[in-house]
Amino acid sequence: MAITNSFAIQIEHMGFHYPGNADVSFTDLNLQVEKGTRFGLFGPNGAGKTTLMNLMTGVLSVDTGIIKLLGHETGHNNKQVNQLFGFVPQDFSFYQELSPAENLEFFGAWAGLNKAQIANRTEELLDILGLKDVRNKPVEKFSGGMKRRVNLAIGVIHNPQVLFLDEPTVGVDVQTRQAIISYLHQLNKNGTTLIYTSHQLNEAEDLCEEIAMIDQGKIITQGHIDDVLKAHDHQSLEELFINLTGKAYRD
Amino acid sequence: MFKLWISIKKDIRILLRDKVGISLMFVMPIILVVVVTSIQNSTFQLVAKNKLPIIICNTDTGKASKQFIESVNKIGMFNVTEIGKDKAASIADAMHDKDALLGVIIPANFSAEINKKAQTASDKAMAAFSGQTDTVKTATKTTSGLDPLTLYYNPVLQESLRFSIRGAIQSALQLVQTRQTLRTLYYSSNEKELPQSLENEMLNSNTTINMLPVSKDGTRTTPNASQHNVPAWTIFAMFFVIMSLGGSVVREKVSGSFIRLKTLPTNYLVGLLSKQIVYLGVTLLQAIVIFSMGIWLFPFLGLPALNLPSDLLALFIVTLVCGWCAVSYSICVGVFANTQEQSNGFGAISIVILACIGGLMVPSFAMQGFAKTLTNISPMHWCLEAYYSLFLEGAKLKNVLNNIGSLFIITLIIQLVTYLGLKRKNLI
Repeated sequence: MAITNSFAIQIEHMGFHYPGNADVSFTDLNLQVEKGTRFGLFGPNGAGKTTLMNLMTGVLSVDTGIIKLLGHETGHNNKQVNQLFGFVPQDFSFYQELSPAENLEFFGAWAGLNKAQIANRTEELLDILGLKDVRNKPVEKFSGGMKRRVNLAIGVIHNPQVLFLDEPTVGVDVQTRQAIISYLHQLNKNGTTLIYTSHQLNEAEDLCEEIAMIDQGKIITQGHIDDVLKAHDHQSLEELFINLTGKAYRD
Repeated sequence: MFKLWISIKKDIRILLRDKVGISLMFVMPIILVVVVTSIQNSTFQLVAKNKLPIIICNTDTGKASKQFIESVNKIGMFNVTEIGKDKAASIADAMHDKDALLGVIIPANFSAEINKKAQTASDKAMAAFSGQTDTVKTATKTTSGLDPLTLYYNPVLQESLRFSIRGAIQSALQLVQTRQTLRTLYYSSNEKELPQSLENEMLNSNTTINMLPVSKDGTRTTPNASQHNVPAWTIFAMFFVIMSLGGSVVREKVSGSFIRLKTLPTNYLVGLLSKQIVYLGVTLLQAIVIFSMGIWLFPFLGLPALNLPSDLLALFIVTLVCGWCAVSYSICVGVFANTQEQSNGFGAISIVILACIGGLMVPSFAMQGFAKTLTNISPMHWCLEAYYSLFLEGAKLKNVLNNIGSLFIITLIIQLVTYLGLKRKNLI
């Protein structure tokens, strides 16, 4: 599929609301993410991060406006678009009864890879993510960190051009977190655009170059991380976050 | 095809690691088939070979009551125990003490009244023979003072069995009355006792009833409990896949894996097709296992062996379509259920209801009116009809095409409903 513009994501005048639930909704949302960017999407609980990610990946359909992924409108001919991106959801999105190798075989096939490609990528990913020794053990017996790595491996099995990551390091130890962040940097160097959400703002500072903060379905600030911090006169993302979204509980 | 093959591999792996699901789909139905067939066989044996325990309290001292007890004994259906006439009031206690299911009290005037009735009948007959119509009319006015014979029964006895028992007791009573009438009539006519040989000739020369099964292929194999129960409960077992498959669809739908499946360039229908193929294989395997048990294991358990139909192709096609229907129904329930509890609960109850209205528990020929019409909506009914035609009537494929067609149409409707459900829930 030919890529015709420089944006990984273009959201134009997008509107969405859950039927019967007004807590999370978007009205006339606009956002652009350039290709090759490490983009962070932040906000308090219930701000709409996961919903926005589900809209960008086509899991949910927009009510109004359009979302383009690498120049292709999502929701139309989406099976073709789906080959261009990978998704690492917040929940463990695989079959716990199966081993890492078996999960990669299944999701690799569904991502459009052939037998040889699946075999090559499986070996490569199990090696990079430290899962080679447990390749044939059922994932249900794994620790949280190992499951996170399996979750990530499945998301990148087909070498996607854009990778969506919804809190990919939640609940893992420092070693696993560093390994995952390091691998994400490596992917980005190879040209993969990263769209990332997390509550780990220190980690986000290490990973992201562009950020957007959303609250109540609206983008409250957006830009290069250094520019955003400078514009709001803050030293860290955490300070900026509290300043923009307040200290009150949100859920 | 590659995606479908990998999906099938995935579903087989998950199925093989689901020990509870496998036991629900194989072990439980096997136990069910063995238990139900054993019970049905025992009921058959109870009537055909074993004897029902019966207590008789004879408060009469005449010959007719003794002949009656003798006749009841000769039926061969009862194991008779006599108790003293002083225990008539407490016959229920005696039944409990001796584990008897039945009790009969012969009234004190039994023989006297039987004799009186015989005399009346004899008088009428003699009058009729000699053309004295007035005497006949007078005799007709004579009423019997015989107290009724009281039959006590344990409430566990089913109504159909009670009717059989009443019929048997009635025939013993009829025999006593007929014998006495014959003797009286003979004496009135010849003024001497009826010779024993003539009496036996007259009472025992009844025409016997020869029972033969009518089959489509002309064979005369007598149906047994296995022929009735194994096919019926195999159908139930096939629909039991809902406990594993319905839950599997719901699990996939509500778990994170479905979110990821939705973002991949493959239609979820491929996943559902894979599940249909895998679980169709499971239903065929269930049928093979249960039929094999019926053929080879049942004789070792003291049960009659299952005889397979002569048209094995028809048996395979019926089983295949029935399995496909069971799988389609399971997926349909899984698509509409929001939780595994909903799927399992609704699934289990609904297949019991479908079995009831489909004639698995009460034969559909015994149903009346609305209930009989309702049988047509149960896929189990069409499959059972086809199986009974094949197993019991020796039918061929052409004889069960109507059943297969109906089953096929019901399956297509279920598939359509599933598709609409998937669309409505934005799953495809």
